Amino acid sequence: MRLIQNIAAWFDARLQLGAPMRETLEHRVPRDTASWFYVFGSAALTVFALQVVTGILLALVYVPTAGEAWNSLQTLNHSIAFGWYIRALHGWGSNFMVAIVLIHMVQVFLFGAYKFPRELTWIVGVFLLLMTLGMAFSGQVLRFDQDAFWGIGIGASISSRVPVIGPWAVHLLLGGPIIAGATLSRFFALHVFVIPGLLIAFVSLHLLMVLKLGINEWPMPGRIVRKATYEKQYHELTEKDGVPFVPGAIYKDIFFSACILLALMLVAAYFGPFGPSGRPDPTIIQTVPRPDYFFLWIYALLSLLPPQMETPALLIGPVIVILALLLLPFIFGEGEKSWHRRPVAVLSILLIAVALGTFTSLADHAPWSPVMDAWSGDPIPPQYLQHRTALERQGALIFQLKQCRNCHSLGNEGGKRGPALDSVALIQTEDQLIRQVIQGGGNMPAYGKNLSPPEVTALVAFLRTLHPPNQTPAHNASRAVDNEVAPTPTSGKPE
Amino acid sequence: MTLPETLSRRAMLMKLGLLFNGVVALALAVPILRYVLSPILRSRKTSYTDWLTVGSIDQFPAGQTRLATFRNPDVSQWDGKTADSACWVRRINENAFQVFAINCAHLGCPVRWFPQSGLFMCPCHGGVYYEDGSRASGPPERGLFEYPYKIEDGKLFIKGGELPTPGNPTALITIKGKLPCA
Repeated sequence: MRLIQNIAAWFDARLQLGAPMRETLEHRVPRDTASWFYVFGSAALTVFALQVVTGILLALVYVPTAGEAWNSLQTLNHSIAFGWYIRALHGWGSNFMVAIVLIHMVQVFLFGAYKFPRELTWIVGVFLLLMTLGMAFSGQVLRFDQDAFWGIGIGASISSRVPVIGPWAVHLLLGGPIIAGATLSRFFALHVFVIPGLLIAFVSLHLLMVLKLGINEWPMPGRIVRKATYEKQYHELTEKDGVPFVPGAIYKDIFFSACILLALMLVAAYFGPFGPSGRPDPTIIQTVPRPDYFFLWIYALLSLLPPQMETPALLIGPVIVILALLLLPFIFGEGEKSWHRRPVAVLSILLIAVALGTFTSLADHAPWSPVMDAWSGDPIPPQYLQHRTALERQGALIFQLKQCRNCHSLGNEGGKRGPALDSVALIQTEDQLIRQVIQGGGNMPAYGKNLSPPEVTALVAFLRTLHPPNQTPAHNASRAVDNEVAPTPTSGKPE
Repeated sequence: MTLPETLSRRAMLMKLGLLFNGVVALALAVPILRYVLSPILRSRKTSYTDWLTVGSIDQFPAGQTRLATFRNPDVSQWDGKTADSACWVRRINENAFQVFAINCAHLGCPVRWFPQSGLFMCPCHGGVYYEDGSRASGPPERGLFEYPYKIEDGKLFIKGGELPTPGNPTALITIKGKLPCA
């Protein structure tokens, strides 16, 4: 024991770090902040440290070339002891990291921690969020499978829409005219050197400011932040009702970090690594690229925005969001911190959460995408074919063969891009159906060129049978005299 | 003009030193910037705008649209399979072709051709195009990208060495010199 003390003293005489470290560890924090709500920042740091370690471990094997990256992931997954597990930890660690950073951000927002004097801490935090997302995206690229390959294509398509510099931005992003070796190399450099370097620098700044300015006190309704008085009040609070950070507050951080690591280990062990999906071969077009979890909401947004809104939304939207986050502490730098007195803040968070959640869950089943194999894979429900005339059955055949099913479901199977057609005959008359098929419209292609008149007749005859039993199909009242569209007794679903 | 009294010899030397460092930094920045911007400032003539063949025109029957693959003209050895690309070749009649990029004009996902309905469909956000590449429905704001083509010695050549994107739709604009939008 004495020996250890002597060695420590020897080092401290030279490094002289002991006293400032002790001072840092024992600095007083308001008693209320020793709370389970204050653990997310340290948890994010813990997961980041794990990402650094697992990232270095992966780099021992990973080959950052377009030709070999995918193969080296197969080697990691299958040929190296626990290679799959390190990949799983790193991949799930990325998801955990984004989630924890977001939770941390919501917590400091709701606790008013961005207000004076911690504006810069918040701003650095906003950049940390952007870097975390940058790491998540560039990490997905390094997985270099089909999803990654087409994902970069989407990134390139978005960058190309920037006015004037778009085409240059694409070449700069890809490292050349196409997605190839140079593309992966530069994303490797970004993911392994550039962004992590910036992350470490910004995390250090972020932490330094937390130490210098003190952790945000627990907000009390009515305790108003004013620039003139805040620092004095905070100082009094820590003096009167403070505890030393170690061990007064840190034990909760330590416990929570361990829980997060354990959860991450379990999730990684249970669900395993992400992919890689198919080889990044641009000539294989039978692929349905999907983004990673935290970008699903963008995928949904890009499908649901009206086409003319898209470019403005893509280019201006992020600028507005980032500017709003950066300006927040300057506009609302004083005043109430407590969420009890900040209903707009609480509602904004709820609104954003609901919106992101909705988009993410929509993207999960992507109703806007045609189901590429529905026409050959999903048969027409038998009850729609029983007791039908030859013409109507021919129409059913055309319905399948012309890929109508890729966008329209029957019996809840098939695409959801267009409306389900199980009772289309109730809504549209024969003439309306013919017009819709031939001319398209309302986001449906026109089939006039690809269907012969007899084919249209047969198809519409089939569509006219799609209605519940005992309900008559729609008909044009003005033409009822001609008896042209009188419902036939054989139509409708048999009971 | 007299120097302010506060400017001591040492402060002067420090400023000169900083200036010297600035000049050195500037000299260093030139090759670094040139290196970083090399994908867009091509001093050496690169081959990505070359004509490249997708094969004999006999493999494309008139009236049909078929997938063709080609190897990009501007590749490095470590590109692996990513040096290959695909395109849809539509032969309208004996001499008229249309060569469509595989990439959807929305966000670049690979579109698939359905001969039965005469439509191209995109699996990502549901863009649909007619057989002549014009937009049928969905989020794309325009039709499919077309590569320039020519026929020589019974072979079909295209200029397909660049990824077409919505902001750079004509494909193979000369990046150097002229603004593409100007």
